[in-house]
Amino acid sequence: MMEAVAIPPFERFYEERKDEVLGYLARLLGRETAEDAFQETFLRALKAYDRLEHGRHLRAWVFTIATRVALDERRRRRPVGEPVEIPVGDSRPAYAELEHLAGELPPTERAAVVLRYGYDLSYDDIGAALGSSSEAARQAASSGVRRLRRRHE
Amino acid sequence: MSVTSEIDRRFREAAAAEGLLDVAYDLADTPIGPLLLAATPEGICRISFDPEPERELDALARAFGVRVLRSPRPLDTARRELDEYFEGARREFDLSVDLRPVPEFQRVVLTELARVPFGSVETYGGLAARIGKPRAARAVGGALNRNPVPIVVPCHRVVGSTGSLVGYGGGLERKERLLALEGALLR
Repeated sequence: MMEAVAIPPFERFYEERKDEVLGYLARLLGRETAEDAFQETFLRALKAYDRLEHGRHLRAWVFTIATRVALDERRRRRPVGEPVEIPVGDSRPAYAELEHLAGELPPTERAAVVLRYGYDLSYDDIGAALGSSSEAARQAASSGVRRLRRRHE
Repeated sequence: MSVTSEIDRRFREAAAAEGLLDVAYDLADTPIGPLLLAATPEGICRISFDPEPERELDALARAFGVRVLRSPRPLDTARRELDEYFEGARREFDLSVDLRPVPEFQRVVLTELARVPFGSVETYGGLAARIGKPRAARAVGGALNRNPVPIVVPCHRVVGSTGSLVGYGGGLERKERLLALEGALLR
């Protein structure tokens, strides 16, 4: 039987996740739009927070919400493809080079590549974030990577 | 990427403004040291002399719900009334108090305690008698010791039968200062 994981007070969850959620949104949307999306993400999280049944997978859960907020935002604001600013002072390791290039990709592929290579989420979690399956998430990420390779060869 | 204090402040304000919080809390500086103040939509639910939120968050979440967030705005009135009290400009608090998780006996004690006016004191035995349980002085002491909202519900106004200060959740030094502020220091 899976051990029950208590849901932490929202303050603790927010403090733990806020920086990487903002970083993720900035990669998908650019810094300025990311600030509004950040607020929307955590307000949506707060609205749903007391209906959670356990505290497992909270990180994947908030990335799911952030992804949906970002995709909604991009659908609302066309044309897409404004340059993605690379944030300074990010503490995450530099392996995320692929992800830096991902700004050129269509939104879904971009989210899949960034979540996989920038934030190390599983394809199950990415599938949930994109509202699709694990397999669809894997395909989106690999088609994103192929597209980047073609462009940068 | 670090969330700037401006983005952080905006989120915390919006969360409270949209009515999404079970508990909002903040810290307040007072002459008797920093306090942690917490409120539900029903009223003030916690005043702690230990300003380290980490030790309060879980208890607040268990008692009132997991949507606990630091957000200053909902505590503005409490902070202002406390300031006025410490400046000597207020003798009674107009704040509503949320005692929902408090057990029945303790709630009876605290409700009676709230009738002990500014500047006077009552004994543990006297308070026990006032709630019709004259032999329950010790139980009354226990109930006061776990008062979730000290100062506003004035457990500092309860002293031993000899007039000694006996004890206080925030330490005897604070109890003495509060009684001195109210002009009620004995002997």
